[in-house]
Amino acid sequence: MPILNKPIVFAKENFGDGFEKGLKMKPIDIVLAVRESGLKGRGGAGFPTGTKWMLAATATAEKKFIVCNADEGEPGTFKDRVLLTEFTEQVLKGIILCGYAIGSQVGYIYLRGEYDYMVNQINSAIQKLKNENKLGKNILGKDFDFDIELRLGSGAYVCGEESALIESLEGNRGEPRNRPPYPVNTGFMGYPTVVNNVETLATVPAILNLGSDWYRNIGTDKSRGSKLISVSGDVEFPGVYEIPFGTKIKDMLELVGAKDTKAIQIGGASGTCISAKELNRNLSFEDLPTGGSIIVFNNSRNMLKILKNFMEFFVEESCGQCTPCRIGNKKLLDGVNMIEKGECSVAYLKELLSLGETMRITSKCGLGQSSPNPFISILTTFGDEILATY
Amino acid sequence: MTDGNYVSRTPVSQQPLKIEQSSPHDIGGLVEIEINRKKFKVPFGMTILEACKLFDIHVPTLCHHEDLCIAGVCRICSVEVEGMRTLQAACSFPITQSMKIHTSSEKVRKSRRHILDLLLSEHYGECYSCVRNNNCELQKLAKEYGVDFYRFGHVKEPYYDIDKSSYSIVRDMNKCILCRRCVRTCIDLQEVGVLEALNRGYDTKITTFLDKPISEVICINCGQCINRCPTGALRTNDPSDIIWEAIDNPKKHVVIQTAPSPRAAIGEEFGLPAGNSLTRELNTALKMIGFDRVFDTNFTADLTIMEEGTELLNRLKAAIVDKDESVKLPQFTSCSPGWVKYCEHFYPDFLSHLSTAKSPQQMFGAVIKTFYAQEENIDPADIVTVALMPCSAKKFECNRPEMVDSGFKDVDFGLTTRELAQMIKEAGINLPDLPKSNFDEPFGEASGAGLIFGATGGVMEAALRSVYEIVTGRTVPFDNLVISPCRGMEGVREASVKLENVKNEWKFLEGVELKFMIAHGTANAKKVMEKLKKGELKDVHFVEIMGCPGGCLGGGGQPIPTSPEIRQKRAESIYKEEAELPIRKSHENPHVAYLYSKFLTEGPCGHLSHKLLHTTYTKRGNYIA
Ligand SMILES: Cc1cc2nc3c(=O)[nH]c(=O)nc-3n(C[C@H](O)[C@H](O)[C@H](O)COP(=O)(O)O)c2cc1C
Ligand code: SF4
Ligand code: SF4
Ligand code: SF4
Ligand code: SF4
Ligand code: FES
Repeated sequence: MPILNKPIVFAKENFGDGFEKGLKMKPIDIVLAVRESGLKGRGGAGFPTGTKWMLAATATAEKKFIVCNADEGEPGTFKDRVLLTEFTEQVLKGIILCGYAIGSQVGYIYLRGEYDYMVNQINSAIQKLKNENKLGKNILGKDFDFDIELRLGSGAYVCGEESALIESLEGNRGEPRNRPPYPVNTGFMGYPTVVNNVETLATVPAILNLGSDWYRNIGTDKSRGSKLISVSGDVEFPGVYEIPFGTKIKDMLELVGAKDTKAIQIGGASGTCISAKELNRNLSFEDLPTGGSIIVFNNSRNMLKILKNFMEFFVEESCGQCTPCRIGNKKLLDGVNMIEKGECSVAYLKELLSLGETMRITSKCGLGQSSPNPFISILTTFGDEILATY
Repeated sequence: MTDGNYVSRTPVSQQPLKIEQSSPHDIGGLVEIEINRKKFKVPFGMTILEACKLFDIHVPTLCHHEDLCIAGVCRICSVEVEGMRTLQAACSFPITQSMKIHTSSEKVRKSRRHILDLLLSEHYGECYSCVRNNNCELQKLAKEYGVDFYRFGHVKEPYYDIDKSSYSIVRDMNKCILCRRCVRTCIDLQEVGVLEALNRGYDTKITTFLDKPISEVICINCGQCINRCPTGALRTNDPSDIIWEAIDNPKKHVVIQTAPSPRAAIGEEFGLPAGNSLTRELNTALKMIGFDRVFDTNFTADLTIMEEGTELLNRLKAAIVDKDESVKLPQFTSCSPGWVKYCEHFYPDFLSHLSTAKSPQQMFGAVIKTFYAQEENIDPADIVTVALMPCSAKKFECNRPEMVDSGFKDVDFGLTTRELAQMIKEAGINLPDLPKSNFDEPFGEASGAGLIFGATGGVMEAALRSVYEIVTGRTVPFDNLVISPCRGMEGVREASVKLENVKNEWKFLEGVELKFMIAHGTANAKKVMEKLKKGELKDVHFVEIMGCPGGCLGGGGQPIPTSPEIRQKRAESIYKEEAELPIRKSHENPHVAYLYSKFLTEGPCGHLSHKLLHTTYTKRGNYIA
């Protein structure tokens, strides 16, 4: 499955010999180049990648690890799938470059269980790099050894959260840890660990090939570069697109052939739902951040049903560790069911919206902190319509 | 994680935070912070909760427990840190830079109310029928936050069956708030690993292997999980109703023996601070309640020392003189039933290291239903023996099928400190107000050596006092009989005494460095056993192991709450009481001597002793519960 529009970063020619160039640089210069480029994490949280690498590079530890987060569990998101199949080698090279930059010896790819059909492809790409001496011992003749191992997840959404992912890698229940300390300080087996999204890592060889300035000039001031977006729902051309940050919703809808649009869910189930009237808002960390998906709903859709679907997802996918998320999501879902039956008072609805706020600020990890987003945004934006219907 | 080659099973996420990086804000190891607009300086890396405690600022907690590693799951301790998008869990957030903290801002209070309401919405329980009524952390918080209605509803019916399968532990998961203190206790503190969270999200529950009844898994009945549960979800299997029936039945002769630890702690159930021993007030209360005789378990603790000490000397002789390779050294103590079951499950191939001597509780049962019945001319069938114990595992122990050497069930009921306190209250008695009285004859007063059995290291100290003196004819070379290496709270302790100028009959021990080890809590037992497995304890002779942290005074039947400080106080009160006793060596207990002269006439480890006072163990492994 290719990228549907004209790619910006993810065109084969952009990668050139970025990998070889990188390995000729001093490790710290790679970190600085990544920092200069303004690249921020593509997994959702948008943490500056250069800063993360710097923390890992300067940590003193016997071992360091890299984890490529390929868990891609957010409903409606399938852009990493495209990278892993079409740009396998660039993803691997990004991991190796990160390893070289921070001084690590081993990288793991934590692959979503449902993507197991890619295992052979990824493993043969690993083998190919090994044959070319781009992976393994003394890579390209340098005093640098690095290996990549592929690990399969087993279907828990929360295992995409970096510290839960690490627990899962260690063979424990996939439950988020307390942070701080962050994985760059205390990660896999207690060692400094960089966890990066597939897209983040795959971008690095291109940055090293064409330079930080080239990358900085794409996107907006606060959101440098481009973003892969998985588009689904009521559109003529669903699929993966690459857009510069700052792209307006209006243009996005046009690009994907959306008609009669009512609402757009930005950033998967845990994202925000906006009304199609908010056409001039844009996709960027400063306005509408997204880990890589938009879902478009046209006027025939029932927003409460959509919300119910999302909340059912969270009730099931919460790891169950902390109170606000474990019970809170259930209460929000119960609330949706009450609305459906016409049994929810306005006062209780207000209480639930306020509970949503509490969940945002008290949950232990990003799941519980973001799971009330659809509840709050759909009932705020479409509340009148919903209450009029039920 | 790793400590030498010994690998803990605790997940990293449940281990203490590891903070190494120092920060530029760090001024000579101290960080300047503000809590509720007041300035403080705290050590770098300290959690917000610890800082608040330091300055007497109250922050509510539920999943946090001083004995356990940080979890950060209940979120009730959330506080506001200026400049941060979310609130932070005080218990798990380390202070590594200057920050402004608010512990009861509007956001904080509102969030805590919500969290509490969420917990209560799923909590099925009626406080008036709950063991933890008036000593429940959830109930206390509901009061503290003025919960006046169930904002998010309330469960009307129980949704789990109560697991009453075990002699020791009852699990009522309808009251569980999933704080996972029990899970951390079992896997981290005790390294047993019976309990774990199952399922995800809303369906999460605490369960055992394959959701089996707790009596069918490798639970060692230590009850440490109960002591750390904030609610009534875990409790002991309480026999007090049947005991009342026996007391009320004029045909029954109801006898109670009281272990050393309950008396050092029961005051806590009556509002006294930890560290107040009520030994003799307790005697009075027990008689008022209607027990026919009140005996001191320390009597059989002394007896245990005679039996176990003799066994040790026999083993030493067999090893040194007879060069008998089959003899197992070091010898391990066997008075802690939690430890015994742990050993049966996890180290079944090393059971022959355990002393065959029964625990003091079981020895007493056997002696009461034989010797005492004979002396007093009572039909043993009419005697009901109750054992007041600090321990939940004692309930399981007295129900072991082999514990019937008197021809009857040697000990009918194990009763915990908490359960007895409840009985005393039900009788309308305020224990601390009572006059003092003595233990009953024919077992009378025991030695101080028996008393210190309650604290970790006590059995070892008691044994050494006797063994050393029997072998050398002199008292142990320690001031005032206080064998200081035996005392303290370190998890594993090791020391030795040299046997010199020994008596003629013990010539083979001349110059031997008697090496001993002490461990408490089964996680520490594991450390010792792993060494044994690797053959690293070849020069050690005797090892004391107690299943519970702190020894019996930290047992699973003791007053709740527990903490290192509370256990320390209980230990101090035991040692203080001991120092004042007239007899402080087991072998000098005249009642023990009388028993040997009248009844166990072949002496320690003789024929009758073996029948009544010694036992056997079962190789359980992972399969036989
Ligand atoms: C519930 C939850 C699920 C997540 N799932 C993913 C995921 O599937 N893939 C991903 O890259 N990041 C995911 N993240 C974000 C990661 O925790 C982490 O921030 C990210 O992998 C860091 O990489 P980046 O800096 O390159 O974005 C998830 C976060 C949460 C809270
Ligand atoms: S917020 Fe949800 S997923 Fe995250 S730790 Fe809490 S219960 Fe688990
Ligand atoms: S656990 Fe606490 S709150 Fe629940 S019923 Fe018992 S005393 Fe009441
Ligand atoms: S009684 Fe002890 S062994 Fe049994 S579950 Fe509780 S802590 Fe674990
Ligand atoms: S049983 Fe008690 S200690 Fe265990 S999780 Fe439930 S409430 Fe917490
Ligand atoms: S006490 Fe801090 S999260 Fe539970």
